[in-house]
Amino acid sequence: MMNNLPEIRCDLLVIGSGMTGMAAALFAANRGIDTVQVGLAGELGFASGFLDLLGVHPIEEGRLWNRPWDGIDALAKSCPRHPYARLDKKDMRVALSDFISFLTANGLPYYAESDRNLKMITPAGTIKTTYAVPVSVKNGVRAIAEKGSCLIADFHGLKGFSGRQIVETLKKTWPKLITKRISFPDATGELLPEQVAFSIERPDCRAQLTEAILPYLDGVDYVGLPAVLGLYRPMMVFNDLQRRLERLLFEIPTMPPAISGVRLKNIFEQNLPLQGVRTHYQHKILSVDYRDSHVFRFDVGWEQPVLTIFSKGAILASGRFIGGGLAADRKQVREAIFGLPVHQPGNRSGWHRKSFLDPKGHPINRFGLVTDDNLRPLGNNGKPAIPNLFAAGSILANQDWIRQKCGAGLAITTAYAAVKAWVRLSA
Amino acid sequence: MPGRNVINTQVLIIGAGITGAGLARDLSLRGVRCLLVEQKDVNAGASGANHGLLHSGARYIKSDPASAEECQKENHRLKGLASHCIDPCGGLFVAVNGDDENYIADFPLLCAQCGIAAHPVDLNEARNLEPALSDQLIAAYRVNDGAIDPFRLTLDNIAQAMEKGARLLRFTRVTGFTLGQSKITETQLVNTQTGEERHIQAEVVVSAAGAWAEQVAALAGIPIHVIYSKGSLLVTQNRLAQRVINRLRRPRDADILVPGGTVSILGTTSVRTPTPDAIYPEIDEIDRIIEEVTLMIPALETTRYIRAYCGVRPLVGSDDSDDDRKVSRGYALIDHARDKVENFITITGGKLTTYRLMAEKTADLVCQRLGIGQPCQTGTEPLPASAGAQWTEPGLAPRQWIKLNDRDDLLLCECEMVSQSSVDQIITGMGKLQTPLTLEAIGLRSRVGKGPCQGTFCSQRLSAYLYERGLIKDDQGLVNLCRFLSERWRGQHPLLWDIALIQSELQEAMHCGLFGLELTGASAKRSMDDE
Repeated sequence: MMNNLPEIRCDLLVIGSGMTGMAAALFAANRGIDTVQVGLAGELGFASGFLDLLGVHPIEEGRLWNRPWDGIDALAKSCPRHPYARLDKKDMRVALSDFISFLTANGLPYYAESDRNLKMITPAGTIKTTYAVPVSVKNGVRAIAEKGSCLIADFHGLKGFSGRQIVETLKKTWPKLITKRISFPDATGELLPEQVAFSIERPDCRAQLTEAILPYLDGVDYVGLPAVLGLYRPMMVFNDLQRRLERLLFEIPTMPPAISGVRLKNIFEQNLPLQGVRTHYQHKILSVDYRDSHVFRFDVGWEQPVLTIFSKGAILASGRFIGGGLAADRKQVREAIFGLPVHQPGNRSGWHRKSFLDPKGHPINRFGLVTDDNLRPLGNNGKPAIPNLFAAGSILANQDWIRQKCGAGLAITTAYAAVKAWVRLSA
Repeated sequence: MPGRNVINTQVLIIGAGITGAGLARDLSLRGVRCLLVEQKDVNAGASGANHGLLHSGARYIKSDPASAEECQKENHRLKGLASHCIDPCGGLFVAVNGDDENYIADFPLLCAQCGIAAHPVDLNEARNLEPALSDQLIAAYRVNDGAIDPFRLTLDNIAQAMEKGARLLRFTRVTGFTLGQSKITETQLVNTQTGEERHIQAEVVVSAAGAWAEQVAALAGIPIHVIYSKGSLLVTQNRLAQRVINRLRRPRDADILVPGGTVSILGTTSVRTPTPDAIYPEIDEIDRIIEEVTLMIPALETTRYIRAYCGVRPLVGSDDSDDDRKVSRGYALIDHARDKVENFITITGGKLTTYRLMAEKTADLVCQRLGIGQPCQTGTEPLPASAGAQWTEPGLAPRQWIKLNDRDDLLLCECEMVSQSSVDQIITGMGKLQTPLTLEAIGLRSRVGKGPCQGTFCSQRLSAYLYERGLIKDDQGLVNLCRFLSERWRGQHPLLWDIALIQSELQEAMHCGLFGLELTGASAKRSMDDE
């Protein structure tokens, strides 16, 4: 298998650049592990910026948890195969804390109350339960809790975000919520979130926007705006706008793909290399060879291989169907890179329920990789399929991150556990 | 009686599928006052869940020659009278290796006996005409099939009827009849959205309830036996053939591929169900259709599918046969004078292609009962195109958007390029039918939500827009989102593999993961509706 591709060597390869891959690369770098990361880096753009830990359990009862750690205890007890049930809660807390510290240190501070979930507005006018939000969202959490006097301003031309929709949907329980549609400075026609995010980093644009909103602030304590307030320096934009408006300001996430996800993506893409991670974004694994039980050989590239990577271990953080970690044809679900066994019932009729919003959730969301206590995916014989391969995040079986509202928490805490297990087992 | 909501009309028509719509138009053109009532929205039953095939008639030459001949005649007539609803694309009958050679040999003669033009086509020529065809063909004939837009057809029939004075009540279900001396004296109805009761006094009552004909007749104490034969179909993302492609064999499952504007529609199956309600296109049916039609068109094995759907054919006849395809596909016009209810008529069964003829025969009977001598006009009068019905055509919204070239006219449905101004016109075109304003009602009358994202993004964009326009309020948007996505899901769930599965994961991540729709009261309301 000789070819002329450039070769690099590392101790650990992180496969994936969604929330899990970014977290795994960060935690590996924090431990000084010689790490390479490959991934297509699109999925994080769909993130809302909210970090869920655990919101709902059991899903069929739709029971919301205000205290996520109590919820995790209950979950681990009734669903012992859930990935959370294998994790050490102290480690989970460290993982979340390290992850948030990294974002904070790089210009995207987060707000969480360590033992309590937060409630925040969505563009559909629903209230979402989550664990941590960007600091630019924090005043919204307060506004809801107080049902304070609040103006939601939205912009002409920004599709899928209507202050009126949010106000109408919430007005019964929040009578002091009002809305006003504003023309964004110097913009006509369709207003793209990126366009707003760029423009608003200019002071003159913020001054004009302030002028446009000021007439509607009588008797208003809080101002909510769509989460498009800056891409590279969001806290500078936020603090400046809040000072100009002289009100408690907050951002409300927009429909995905959204600026709040792109902010996360940018921070990781820019800063992980500075932490020593050798990143190869827009590369995917094209072939893998693990016949040598101590060293993986990966050919990576876009369509043609452009690089060969030799690594002593690997963390599979390739996600589910959106991320490309799992793939399905009419007959079965496959793991896309190694061909690992995917825990799944017999045939397609068992994949989805006939009602989209069925409270029991769709069984396919619980398919995935079954692992040992070290998060190593199991082969058909019930033993780790490959001794140095670990899996983390949404590709793991026996969880339903969408319905349990545990996506970010699952990504971050299992990434931490996988890195830790690799360190322990490779020592 | 004070407070009673009573409406008087000459004729009450139950069911706003194509039969009821055609009948309302026919009677209105004869000067008869009609009230059309529908338990859901227009084309909610089989009229909205078929191939959209304008049959040449050749499919029924052996099993039902009378139907074949009717199809042949109506095919010619509709192409002249309702051309804006029809794509006169033509059709091919093709046989593949292994198909019954005796049937193939008899085919031209049987067609000729029914007056159907079927021209033999050289196999190379057939593949030139339709490059997607298999190289395993053994016979091919050209016929004059066409494709109909069944939604536009029904909406246009209703539009002209309403222009002539007919009324339509949607979401209005018949709950009972008051029977006097050998007559229905009053019909009781309920609005399924508001619970409001209505009472109709009509000289003649016609049940055009399609698959629900047995249930309606039962309310008058009259037994009719309807066999429910479910047929499932699939829609591809792209149009794979210019013409209708039929399998040249005795009618069986998965014989037909019909173009529908920018897509192709393939099917069907024939599965007996105990009731016409709560039916789904099942996964085994879908897989069977793909496997069968792939024999004619190999690309169907790998093409992307957008949606599946199913309808129930009401078959009226004896049920001692095991094969529902042997029961007549002709229509049943039942004069319930035979059951001692003189002003009650049932019209059911039949085919989209022969809807006008069915309406004519029914209207003749109604007029005879009313003592009205006006002749039918629908056989010669063209069907006018109505403004409200034009938006079901795939190309219209994009053309208008490009032509307007207005920066402020934002695209709400990006897959099908439906802009704000198009949505405004769709809503205006609904006229009095704007309430309740639902995403489903807009979707029914346009291409909104019919592209690859199946409503994931446009549902929220459209909700936001309707709120901004002040057209919906309170938490109606949440109810709308839940219902629209649930309705779309019926057609997505059997097709969730490969890219469609990725798309559905994104849909759930957004609408459940972020919005938490499954946790809202609006979704609970929906799931109770489903039961």
